[in-house]
Amino acid sequence: MSLSILQQFNWSAMTPEFIILGVSALLTLLDLFMPKSLDRKILGWIGIAAILAAIVSVLGMVGGPVTSILDNSFRLDSFAMAFKLLLLAGSGLVLFLAVSYKAKDGLEEYHGEFYYLFLSALLGAMIMTSSGDLITLFIGLELLTVSSYILAGIRKYNLESNEAAMKYVINGGISTAITLFGMSYVYGLTGSTNLIEIAGRLSSVSDGQQAYLLTLAFLIVFVGLSFKLAAAPFHMWAPDVYQGAPTPVTAFLSVVSKTAGFVIVLRILLTVFGSAASVGDPSKPILLEMQDYLAFIAGATMIIGNVVALRQSNIKRMFAYSSIAHAGYILVAITSLSSNMFYSIWFYLLAYMLMNLGAFAVIQVVSEKTGSTKIADFAGLYRRSPVLAVVMGILLVSLAGFPGTAGFIGKLNIFIGAFYGTPHYVLASVMIATTVISYFYYFGVMTQMFFRPASDDSKFNLPFGIIVVLIVAVVGSVLFGVMPNIALDFMQNNLDVLADFFS
Amino acid sequence: MNLTAVLSILVFSPLLGIAVLALMPKSAEKAIKVVGFLATLPALLLALAAYLHYQFGKDLADFSVSVPWIQFRGMAGVDEPFFSVNYELALGGFQLLLVVLTAVVATLSALAAAKFVKKEWKGYFMLFLLLEIGMLGVFTAENLILFFIFFEITLIPTFFLIGKWGYFEKEKAAYSFLIYNGLGSAVLLIVIMILFAKTGTTNIDTLVQIMADPSAPLSGDLKLGLFIALLIAFGVKLPIFPLHSWMLKVHVQAPPSVVMIHSGILLKIGAYGLIRFGMGIFPEQFKTLATLIAVLGVINLLYGAFLAFIQTDFKMVLAYSSISHMGIVLIGLAAMNEAGVQGAIFQVISHGLISALLFFLVGILYERTDTSLIENLGGMAKGMPIAAGFLLAAGMASLGLPGMSGFVSEFMAFLGLFKEMPWIAAVGTIGIIMTAAYLLRAVLGITYGKSHREFTGVLDLKGVEFVPVVVLMLLIVLIGVYPSVLSAPLKATLETIMLGIGG
Repeated sequence: MSLSILQQFNWSAMTPEFIILGVSALLTLLDLFMPKSLDRKILGWIGIAAILAAIVSVLGMVGGPVTSILDNSFRLDSFAMAFKLLLLAGSGLVLFLAVSYKAKDGLEEYHGEFYYLFLSALLGAMIMTSSGDLITLFIGLELLTVSSYILAGIRKYNLESNEAAMKYVINGGISTAITLFGMSYVYGLTGSTNLIEIAGRLSSVSDGQQAYLLTLAFLIVFVGLSFKLAAAPFHMWAPDVYQGAPTPVTAFLSVVSKTAGFVIVLRILLTVFGSAASVGDPSKPILLEMQDYLAFIAGATMIIGNVVALRQSNIKRMFAYSSIAHAGYILVAITSLSSNMFYSIWFYLLAYMLMNLGAFAVIQVVSEKTGSTKIADFAGLYRRSPVLAVVMGILLVSLAGFPGTAGFIGKLNIFIGAFYGTPHYVLASVMIATTVISYFYYFGVMTQMFFRPASDDSKFNLPFGIIVVLIVAVVGSVLFGVMPNIALDFMQNNLDVLADFFS
Repeated sequence: MNLTAVLSILVFSPLLGIAVLALMPKSAEKAIKVVGFLATLPALLLALAAYLHYQFGKDLADFSVSVPWIQFRGMAGVDEPFFSVNYELALGGFQLLLVVLTAVVATLSALAAAKFVKKEWKGYFMLFLLLEIGMLGVFTAENLILFFIFFEITLIPTFFLIGKWGYFEKEKAAYSFLIYNGLGSAVLLIVIMILFAKTGTTNIDTLVQIMADPSAPLSGDLKLGLFIALLIAFGVKLPIFPLHSWMLKVHVQAPPSVVMIHSGILLKIGAYGLIRFGMGIFPEQFKTLATLIAVLGVINLLYGAFLAFIQTDFKMVLAYSSISHMGIVLIGLAAMNEAGVQGAIFQVISHGLISALLFFLVGILYERTDTSLIENLGGMAKGMPIAAGFLLAAGMASLGLPGMSGFVSEFMAFLGLFKEMPWIAAVGTIGIIMTAAYLLRAVLGITYGKSHREFTGVLDLKGVEFVPVVVLMLLIVLIGVYPSVLSAPLKATLETIMLGIGG
């Protein structure tokens, strides 16, 4: 490819990515040349500034036409912009947590990489949202996961952190290999890695043999991606990794990494398997034929996540299972494939980001103070810090999906999708029933905070970063619960995802 | 005059109190109690004003408000707009009465709370006012989603009010409340979402019309299934016989001021739901199952009455008596004629007042003597003649003495059922006799029973304690001797219901 061709590309479509890439490279260099005595926190603040700049640049592109560059391997459509905003906002909040993070053990003062690895992981996730090609999709995925492996194990003198990183690497490596193997089937059948081209070729083929192979490819790819989403039965790594990783990293994994997982699922499932004819009925795409399988996975994920969460005594493990359950709820939306699917998934991820990150901010403060992550350490939080307890209460209520909070509207959206068109009675009932089960463990934390006496009366000092996260989380959760149309209208008016997703 | 804002102000007026309370120091006990009480007054005054508005012959439709609230988005060009939910409040005759009842009982309960609550008044009153918003909202909501939102809003404060300020087994009671009601509302949510997805609206009046239309997009089986689900959802709340165990725990463990609200108003949401949605939206299905409902009503009546007869704790007597009296609501409804339905509605209001009064008196007794066992309370008339007099009078009202509200409602409910199902009604009358037996046993046992303790030094009613007792007693007698205070506003409601049933 000659220079003149390179210059023809509309590189401005990648502005947000360039900002993140440039700043993370800059931070790496700064970290290298800064004297050891200087506090590395400044790197975190620069990272936050970079993310804000990237958000502004994405907002500046909103409403523009679909741009695709580099032979369609990078495309900037509404889908990409909508999810980039989520990823950027989530990572920004995570960085606020990170700059407030004081590890008790295992993390040295000298830890610049703690900040810029978040940025490189974010870059991977952003590339995934914009990929129009299996290769870029895969590279984005790898960039995200490899950065996450290091982050999970960053407390290198801490046993749990090492265990977490090790489990994460092994499980993640296997799942990536499986995904790649599945993709190789698709490539083998179509001779292309470009998603649109694949879709085009598959829709014109009606050979029964190919349909069998594609069904197999679907299963393999989905198994690999289930690891990423921590969907049952491939969720086993999540609790150990969530528990061992530093709290900001756990927050990152549960929110940003999960969002990126859904991005890749949507891209691959809808474009590739949404257009390939199935075995039995050539007019029906594989995706529709596999609906029962998806429904089964979604149901199992919700049941396992919510039921096992009941038995946890460690708050981070509990939130690991809770995040498994939430992945299950979103899978319900994917299963039902209704026409509001994008909006309901996007809105749910937005709500989930706010409430989960807020909850992790509280967990971080409490666990730093008490030195452990037992749920029992929340005892008497209301006495020690009423504000913190009430904030956590609101976020837990939102996670449990009570009205007045964004969590409720998110679930409502998913229900409408599930009952509309071909109704999925069983799946929706499982979702509602498991939601009630989730009351037990969310309100278990409430019981500790409000009903139990405190072991000591010491107060909490809230660092600035934590305060920012808590305010954003609570205001967002309540605002989008009372006036969800602020977010929904923004999506509808500016980012008409379905209109340009397949073009 | 434009009155559309009145209902919103009425429903959300307690928010002002919550805001003021939030700014007050925890230790200002007196001031908190005063603010907590005052905050219930705007709703009370507005509710009474609305009642007068009606009595002066003006139209209740003046209060209706409807503004667009949430638009759930679908695929552009395909399902647009997908679904929308309006913020709509309105008052019918039935709702008006329940709103007045709620406002009265809430104000009196706030007075009672100033008496009975011994710690953390700030938290108590903030939650209490939130609960009031939920209750007022439930009875004014004009669409199912709004109804559900307010319905769920009542759950969280009640959970905390029971779990934090209750007696020995308060947490168990709180959990059992949360889970039973959570399951009930989960079933309700399924019904609402199916109706929403199938008809595209949740406005109650529109739904009534759609359902009456034989070309409605719902099959008969689905309708029957939805109705049974609705019966279960509200059956938990009412409670109907096998679903009642949570309610006993709540009545015994919750603080008296909360039980006044719970037994006086919250249980009535079940009855309201059955009448407004069960009978209103599914009249045919109600007719199909009328015999079953009548049998359930008789079972409730007899089961409650027999078990109330053998209880040693006065609180348990009252709890079972509530179950028994809710049976009369079912009996009246199952008759499906004007007398029966009117009797059921009368019973809802009347029992709300009577049980609030009885539980207030129990609270007083427990506070003075630290016991609620009938045996230990014997001979109360000697030490507390005034309180004993009111207790006797309330007992008489509860067993249906002519001249008090209980008589009117029981009489009409049975009159209705005797017309339609004489045999079942005949069995039911055993319950009336049992009611007299257990109430006389309990009330006489306390007032004139064998004295096991000295009542000397025990204070009789004094000061503000007279306010709840006298107000409730006056209302009970007023309804008993002049029932048209209730029947006049109900006329239009009854006509609509009768039109729906086709009777």
